[in-house]
Amino acid sequence: MLDTIVIEAGRAERHYWLDLWRYRELFRVLAWRDLSVRYKQTIFGLLWAFIRPFLAMVVFTVIFGRIAKLPTEGSAPYALMVFAGILPWTFFSTGLSEASNSLISNTNLIAKIYFPRLIVPIASVVVAFADFLISFGILLGLMVWYWFLPDWRMIFLPMFTLLAFFASVGPALWITALNVKYRDFRHIIPFLVQFGLYVSPVGFSSSVIPAQWRLLYSLNPMVGVIDGFRWCILRGQVELDPQRLLVSVAVVAFFLWFGVRQFRKAEKSFADLI
Amino acid sequence: MSQSAVVVENLSKSYLIGHQFSSSGKKYKSTIREIIGREISNIARKAVDVARGRQVVQGDEIEEFWALKDVSFEVKQGEVLGIIGRNGAGKSTLLKILSRITEPTEGRALLRGRISSLLEVGTGFHPELTGRENIYLNGAILGMTQREIRKKFDEIVAFAEVEKFLDTPVKRYSSGMYVRLAFAVAAHLEPEILVIDEVLAVGDVEFQKKCLGKMDEVSRSQGRTVIFVSHNMEAVLKLCNRAVFIESGRVRNIGDVKTVVPTYLHSQSSSPRVVDLSAKPRLFEYTGKARLIKISPSEATSGWSFPFGKRLSLDLTIDAISTTRFDVIVGVYSSLGFEVATWTNKCNGVELVVRPGTNIFRIEYQNLRLLPGRYSLGFGIIGDRGYYDDGVNSDAVQFEIIPSPEAVKMEAHHFGGAMAASARVTRLDHDCVQETAEKGSVSTQGSCGVEPSGVGQANQ
Repeated sequence: MLDTIVIEAGRAERHYWLDLWRYRELFRVLAWRDLSVRYKQTIFGLLWAFIRPFLAMVVFTVIFGRIAKLPTEGSAPYALMVFAGILPWTFFSTGLSEASNSLISNTNLIAKIYFPRLIVPIASVVVAFADFLISFGILLGLMVWYWFLPDWRMIFLPMFTLLAFFASVGPALWITALNVKYRDFRHIIPFLVQFGLYVSPVGFSSSVIPAQWRLLYSLNPMVGVIDGFRWCILRGQVELDPQRLLVSVAVVAFFLWFGVRQFRKAEKSFADLI
Repeated sequence: MSQSAVVVENLSKSYLIGHQFSSSGKKYKSTIREIIGREISNIARKAVDVARGRQVVQGDEIEEFWALKDVSFEVKQGEVLGIIGRNGAGKSTLLKILSRITEPTEGRALLRGRISSLLEVGTGFHPELTGRENIYLNGAILGMTQREIRKKFDEIVAFAEVEKFLDTPVKRYSSGMYVRLAFAVAAHLEPEILVIDEVLAVGDVEFQKKCLGKMDEVSRSQGRTVIFVSHNMEAVLKLCNRAVFIESGRVRNIGDVKTVVPTYLHSQSSSPRVVDLSAKPRLFEYTGKARLIKISPSEATSGWSFPFGKRLSLDLTIDAISTTRFDVIVGVYSSLGFEVATWTNKCNGVELVVRPGTNIFRIEYQNLRLLPGRYSLGFGIIGDRGYYDDGVNSDAVQFEIIPSPEAVKMEAHHFGGAMAASARVTRLDHDCVQETAEKGSVSTQGSCGVEPSGVGQANQ
């Protein structure tokens, strides 16, 4: 029996999620392409995945820890505390900016081939995840260096990684869909990411925020993610308030739903507008 | 088996297009104040568009443009359908809709079977990746599974002739190698429905032939349904059973490829049916005695393209002031400007006489067989004393001989100019007594045809 495809205005989404599954191979290949191309014709190659977060850690430790003398979490070394924040932040920000530009940088594919467009931005977040895994090596190195070994809480790290993944996918889907229509967003994203670095507790501990503002602060989804990372990595020396975590998770979930919705609404016209 | 593989019903697609402002009479508003004013109003309009969730269009005036309108047709299983039309007729939009890249505004299409579309050669090729990696990448993009690609890998590499460079990044490939590799991957697709856009226009002649052969094989022996867009009429005639001729987004003609292709080519011819010769540049100073006025094909419905094999017939109008004897010369020139055939009434030993006023002569070529290609005509009149009375340039009238199935069969696109009607072939290398017309013999001895000149002129 041949499968029949009906093409009609407003019909495209009938088998959307099934189609997404059918095209999983393309998803794999696109992610593999982005990965293998990422460090081609560079001298340092994969080392770049180490160098960037490492330098960021050094700078933040010096500026916030040594010069501004901000407190660390409990007895954890400041550098380790910072790195536990940089790790998810780099994942989030790389994922967000790569995914936001992903549709435009794949114009030729979008204009010439049919596939569920959702594949493209998600594949680029997966590439950011590969970088994340590499930087994770630095974290292990730091733990050994400071002899600050994690405890059972480390088991929960994958959950927070998933949270960071969704935190970047949601807004990225929305922005990348907008980016196709209005190229203004290409200029907004770098600014947004830079701005986010300072309003998220990357270089400092979120405990420096006055207690009455903490709940509001958690509206920034990365607050929940970073606090979660620190809780896992720093043996629970960060207090993980369930209420605040829930706020962050709720915000992530909302953006994920909203992003997918906006993306699918715009998806049909991508080929015409890009 | 005769179930339709593709059914298209009233498919329409509209786009919004913008125009630059020019209504106030002045074509360009150029003072800084005007430019700034226009920019501000543009931003304001875009802001309104964004707020309403509409598409942002560059330009001051926005117009709805129907790239396709009410297109309907069916393609049977295993059939090869050609889609022809001028640039911008909507062919590519149609293919984009069928391959689900973009949605139609109205209407629907039904596809039975796995569809693959090849709208561009090498879609998704990444310059940094090696040939080997790109085969896998491109294969996946075109919808092949990794297993399928692995199975066909050697075949693809052999077809593309790039064995040596498999592990070189494709950005180091020559453009020919690049195209060959890209087509090779696409050629090994095995969908039930294949949609192809003008991909044969790439590569050298040898490779194009190979591609055509492959396409023929795919459609004929493997029974796939193919929808094929091309400007190459030879290819369309060779590969397709039926064709759709699209003009300005609408189906103008649909049916057997042998009737649709000539219709399309007729509509393409560049000269108007009746060419005003009096306005053309002259070769000689006007003597005031006779003058070339008009020329048109004799058949009232015919334009300036003639199917190969059709007898050429022209109606020539000459104005004269007195009754005199005169000679007419009609020259046929190739697209490169070489004279390929000449006729004058002296050839037939006929005397022509003009009377005062308008004289119309019909010139019918009895056995001039021009091969497919573009040609032009030039005219001259010689008065009774042997001087030219009038003459127009060799490019006064452009016309075209279009390929017919007969021409395709004899691969006429390799040749040009006038075809000698016949030739006797004699074998000279061993036995001269045995006079045969064996194939493959070389010597042509004399011509029994009466073609004027220039049989071997290449006009391509």
